[in-house]
Amino acid sequence: MPIQDLIGKEIPTFEMPIERGKIREFAAAIGDDNPIYYDLEYAKKTKFGGILAPPTFTTTKSFWRIGGTNQEIAGLDNRFVLHGEEEYEYFAPILAGDTLTCKGRIADAYEKPGKRGGKMIFVVFEFNFFNQRKEKVLTSRSTLIQTGGVVKE
Amino acid sequence: MEPKVLFFEDVREGDEAPSLVIPHITRTQIVKYAGASGDFNPIHHDEIYAIRAGNEKVFAMGMLTAGFLSHMITDWVGDGNLRRYKVRFTTRIWPGDTVTCKGKVTRKYTEGGKNFIEAEVFAENQHGEKAVTGSFVAELPSRLKS
Repeated sequence: MPIQDLIGKEIPTFEMPIERGKIREFAAAIGDDNPIYYDLEYAKKTKFGGILAPPTFTTTKSFWRIGGTNQEIAGLDNRFVLHGEEEYEYFAPILAGDTLTCKGRIADAYEKPGKRGGKMIFVVFEFNFFNQRKEKVLTSRSTLIQTGGVVKE
Repeated sequence: MEPKVLFFEDVREGDEAPSLVIPHITRTQIVKYAGASGDFNPIHHDEIYAIRAGNEKVFAMGMLTAGFLSHMITDWVGDGNLRRYKVRFTTRIWPGDTVTCKGKVTRKYTEGGKNFIEAEVFAENQHGEKAVTGSFVAELPSRLKS
């Protein structure tokens, strides 16, 4: 199948509850001690009125998504897949207690000749996140790159 | 404790962010991020798998470094002010590496009555090799209207 045929492929829509404990765990994993992620009393007094999700928190969608990982959906060989790029557009704050609906699709897919021969496959996934008030809160784009084989730097 | 506020009027093009250093990345940190994020790709936690796939050892997820970088950004521009954040993964971060996150304002502008800054950011290892490069746009509050 030509790689371009992946373009437009939809990822099953899923719900993603934004949980306070998960935000705390995520903030701790990136070593961020900002009280907006941990301290409910502090967070309530801010303009957000609650615990805020860190900028890259929606990467935790892995726990909620259905239909397999990006690699599986695109039929890529996991051993040779690199994460090339990640991009976020933020439209409204995401708070603990929100329930997001995530709609994803493959936005682009193409091949390029590799620097050391062979070919490289690029697949771009786009996800749109909507909160329980149907407001669009975030768009994220992930670019995966499958190299011909082992990557040497 | 009051949240830190960066006002639009106090920023100039060329201003640098206070840098953030994450010394000596450990396998435990990588595993902690796997658990927190749901990225259980064995290449990041299973040394045997990583070696069989041609690597010297396990290595950090790009998104962990992107998380360090976002931490530097939010410490700088304040919570909830990011409008756009883009990262590109260039070199991998290995256990034992020290990551330093830096940023610099490239543009300052007003659009539709709102004030924005654009900045270039990167995270480098102890050899000065960039592991993650990127940019962001943040909307900043003004001193003129509170």
